[in-house]
Amino acid sequence: MKVDFSHLQAAHCENGVTTNLLRHAGVTQITEPLAFGIGSGLFYIQIPFLKINNGPAIAFRILPGLIFKRTCKALDIPVVRKKFSSPQKAQLFLDEQLHANRPVGCQVGVYYLSYFPKEYRFHFNAHNIIVYGKEGDNYLVSDPVMETVTTLTSYELERVRFAKGALAPKGQIYYPKEKTTVTTEQIRAAIKSGIKKNVFYMIKTPSSIIGVNGIKYTAGKIKTWKDKLGLHTAGLYLAQLVRMQEEIGTGGGGFRFIYGAFLQEAYTYIPNDGLLEISKSFTKSGDLWRTAAVHAAGIYKGRLSSQQDFNMMADYLYQISDIEKEAFKALSKLDL
Amino acid sequence: MKKTEVPQDPSSLKNFTKEVCYAVDEKGNYVTNLSTGWEVKTTALGITWDDIHKRAEIAKQQALKGEVSPLLYFIEIKVMDYVTLAAYTGFWQWQIKRHLNPSVFNALSDKKLQKYADVFDVSIDNLKKMNLNES
Repeated sequence: MKVDFSHLQAAHCENGVTTNLLRHAGVTQITEPLAFGIGSGLFYIQIPFLKINNGPAIAFRILPGLIFKRTCKALDIPVVRKKFSSPQKAQLFLDEQLHANRPVGCQVGVYYLSYFPKEYRFHFNAHNIIVYGKEGDNYLVSDPVMETVTTLTSYELERVRFAKGALAPKGQIYYPKEKTTVTTEQIRAAIKSGIKKNVFYMIKTPSSIIGVNGIKYTAGKIKTWKDKLGLHTAGLYLAQLVRMQEEIGTGGGGFRFIYGAFLQEAYTYIPNDGLLEISKSFTKSGDLWRTAAVHAAGIYKGRLSSQQDFNMMADYLYQISDIEKEAFKALSKLDL
Repeated sequence: MKKTEVPQDPSSLKNFTKEVCYAVDEKGNYVTNLSTGWEVKTTALGITWDDIHKRAEIAKQQALKGEVSPLLYFIEIKVMDYVTLAAYTGFWQWQIKRHLNPSVFNALSDKKLQKYADVFDVSIDNLKKMNLNES
């Protein structure tokens, strides 16, 4: 069985799953930047004291699952979401959906994901894929970060759907409940609420580790890394920052470019010139994140090694924090 | 980032996929472009794996000297943390930490060893000898 489904590659997995599932459900207007912006995906956090793979716990986007949830909610689309205690029940439910001609989103772990390059396989359990059919023992898979569709055997799919550890997927499956269309007015309203929520998370929370404050927090930490950790480990920490910022899924510059693209698309629904201006600020911020990454690479390749170099890395982040603070302030003042 | 600046460096994505990047065209409009990789992050990933291999090698040497059980080698090379390993094996975290002691590890039943062997994709024999299944 095979659902008539079109695979559209995306930068980020959850954006891609959201976009492809909603398009299939009839929301023809949706694009990756719109899903990301309406889902208020842009974020920053460094969680103190927590280490992931022996490095700092840093994220450039909101918690997994929220982009799909928020985007559907903002567009008034009811969602079905299920977790399972047994792999058998999980497979049965999946097969039923495919029989009903329905592609579904699945949360999976990447460690055992056979079609990923080995170097990318860590115990990260919040990857998202779409399953859209089954031929023999092979499930037909649309992984939005891959150029083309692929397959997993039922054993391979079960293994990744029941990956264990932090954020264990527990066979989680989700999809829009029914076919639907949305109006331009609904999209307009969803864009506004998405922007408003993103403004809150980036500049209005009282937390010192979230949003633009979080970027400053990391900057402050970076200055201490060389003395505290030694040059080698400090380099590994910076490499982790760069990986979180640039690795598959971010669209470059820690999602900042996708957000810039979102604001340009938003303009086609809400013709306020401010959106285009502020979009440029996010391009500038994304560019600066990448300049900082090049500088960080100088350190972890061993070309740069002085405290001055770490201070300069911190300065990049202070600048970025200021640019994004101004950009979100300007967004909050727009009369949309 | 300008569309023409989207990096096209060699990376381990080769033969698997290219990734989507967002960039602006000459008119300043956002478009997408595929990238084969970026040297800056290929190096970031590379040194991360170098470090993992280094940790694993240290663990192996310690295990050969009898200072720690072979478990530590597999924990390092399979990028495991205790939470994840506990979830996969059904052991408590404190039990796993106890199993790092060679004398405790050597006294484990085959049934318990099999749980570790399953997670690390090796036979019990290779678990003890620290032979990795490369397939």
